[in-house]
Amino acid sequence: MKIDISIRTYRCAMFSRFCLFGLVGLALMSQASAAEIHVAVAANFTKPAEALGAAFTRKTGDSVTFSFGATGALYAQITQGAPYEVLLSADNTRPAQAMKDGLGVEGSQFTYAVGAVVLYAPGIDVTDGKAVLMAGAYQHLSIADPKTAPYGAAAVETLEKLGLTYATSSKLVVGENISQALQFVDSGNAELGFVALSQVVDKPASAVWRVPAELHAPILQDAVLLKTGADDPAAKAFLAFVQSDDGKAIIAQFGYTFH
Amino acid sequence: MGDDAIWTATWLTLRLATIVTLLLVVIATPLAFWLWRSRSRWKVVVGAIVALPLVLPPTVLGFYLLIALGPFGPGGALASLWGARTLAFSFEGLVLGSVVYSLPFMVQPIRTALEEIGNDPVEVAATLGASPFQTMWRVCLPLARRGYLSGAILTFAHTIGEFGVVLMIGGNIPGKTKLLSVSIYDYVERLEWDKAHWLAASMVLFAFVVIAATLAIDRRTEKRRA
Repeated sequence: MKIDISIRTYRCAMFSRFCLFGLVGLALMSQASAAEIHVAVAANFTKPAEALGAAFTRKTGDSVTFSFGATGALYAQITQGAPYEVLLSADNTRPAQAMKDGLGVEGSQFTYAVGAVVLYAPGIDVTDGKAVLMAGAYQHLSIADPKTAPYGAAAVETLEKLGLTYATSSKLVVGENISQALQFVDSGNAELGFVALSQVVDKPASAVWRVPAELHAPILQDAVLLKTGADDPAAKAFLAFVQSDDGKAIIAQFGYTFH
Repeated sequence: MGDDAIWTATWLTLRLATIVTLLLVVIATPLAFWLWRSRSRWKVVVGAIVALPLVLPPTVLGFYLLIALGPFGPGGALASLWGARTLAFSFEGLVLGSVVYSLPFMVQPIRTALEEIGNDPVEVAATLGASPFQTMWRVCLPLARRGYLSGAILTFAHTIGEFGVVLMIGGNIPGKTKLLSVSIYDYVERLEWDKAHWLAASMVLFAFVVIAATLAIDRRTEKRRA
C-alpha cells in the first residue's frame, strides 16, 4: 500500500516536473520564434500576396497569415474588431474610411498597386472583347459584387460606358468576391467574366481582353496599417517590404502597375 | 437596393420553400416507405445516403452541385433541352439543390412516424383483404400525418434558412436566385446594417414561430395518445 502511494507520488512529481519543463520550453520557443502578423487582402491580390508573404518570411523569418475576401466584406469585419494588423484593399476609399473611422494609423496609407480589369473567356476568342460583349452571344457574364468589390464596380462602369447596361442586365451573375467571379467562369457555368488581370496572367492571350483604361476609373489599390498593428514592428516591416523594390518586382509579375 | 429588393427576395424565398416542400412530399414518401418496409441489405446504405446532407458541409454540396449543374455535368445536358447552358444561376437549379439539401428533413420524420405505427395495423389491413396500395393510402398515410406535418415544417424552414449552397450556385441574381439569407449577408457586407437588422430580426421571429408550432403539434399528439 505504502509502496503504491509513493509510486503514485513519484509519478505525480515527475508529471508536474514534465509539465513545468514543457511550459518553460514553450515560453522560450515563443520568445525565440519570429512574430506572426495577420493581413486582410482583397481577393484579386491573392496570388501576389502569397508570393509576397513567402518572400517576406524567407527574408525576416516572420510569418504572415492572410485572410482573403471582397474589400467591403473585409472592411465590415475590421469595423467589428477583426484581428488584422494590415489591410491590402482593392480600392483607396476603404483605407481612407479606416482613417476616418479611427481604425487606421495616420500616414500609413499608400498605393501598393494599380489594378487592371480584364474580360476573361476560356472558350471564346476575346481578342476584340468589345465586339464580343456587343454581340451578346452568351448567356452569363460573371462579375464581382459591385458594392463590395472594386473590380465589380469597374466592370459595371465599363458596361455602362459601352452602353451595355440594359443589354447585359439579365445575363449578369454576381460573385461574392472576384475569386468567385473567376470560379463561375472556370467551372464553365458562365462563358465569360470580368476579373483581375492577376488572376489570369497565365492564360492564353486570346482568352483575355484588357479593358481599356478610359472605360473605368483607375483601380488604385491602397494598403493601410490598422490600429491593431500600430506598435507591431513585424506589421510595419511587412508594409515596408510591399513598397520595396523586391516587393514591387513580385507585384509586377502579376500584371499590376504602379502609381 | 431598397424595400422592393427585400420584398422580391422574400417572395422568391417563400416560392422556393413552397415548391421544394411540395416536391419533397412526393419524393420522400416512397423513400420513407421503402426504408420502413424493406429488408434489403441496401437499406443501411440508402438510409445513410439520404441522411448525408445533415452532416456534410453546405460547401461540399455546393461544390458538387456547381459542377453537376454546369455545362459539363448532367444539369447542363438537361438545361440544353430548353437552350440554356447551365442550371446554375437559375431558380430551377436552386430548387434542385434545395431538394437534395433538405431531403433528410422530410424523409426522417415520415420514416419515424411510419415506424411508430408498427406492424399491427398493416397486418390487420392485409387480413381484412386490403391491397398493399390500399393499406398505404388508407391506413399508413393517415397514421403518419404527424410525420408529414413536422417534415413539411422542417423542410420549409430549412429551405428558407439555406445559405451556403445558394451562395455557391446562385450567382446572386435578384428575383431569380437572390434569397433572403444571401440578402442579409450582402447587407452586412455593404454595411447597410439597418436593413440587415430588419431582415435578421424577422428571421429570428420566423424561426421561433416555426419551432413553437412544431412543439405545439408534438404536445397535442402526445396528449391525444395519452
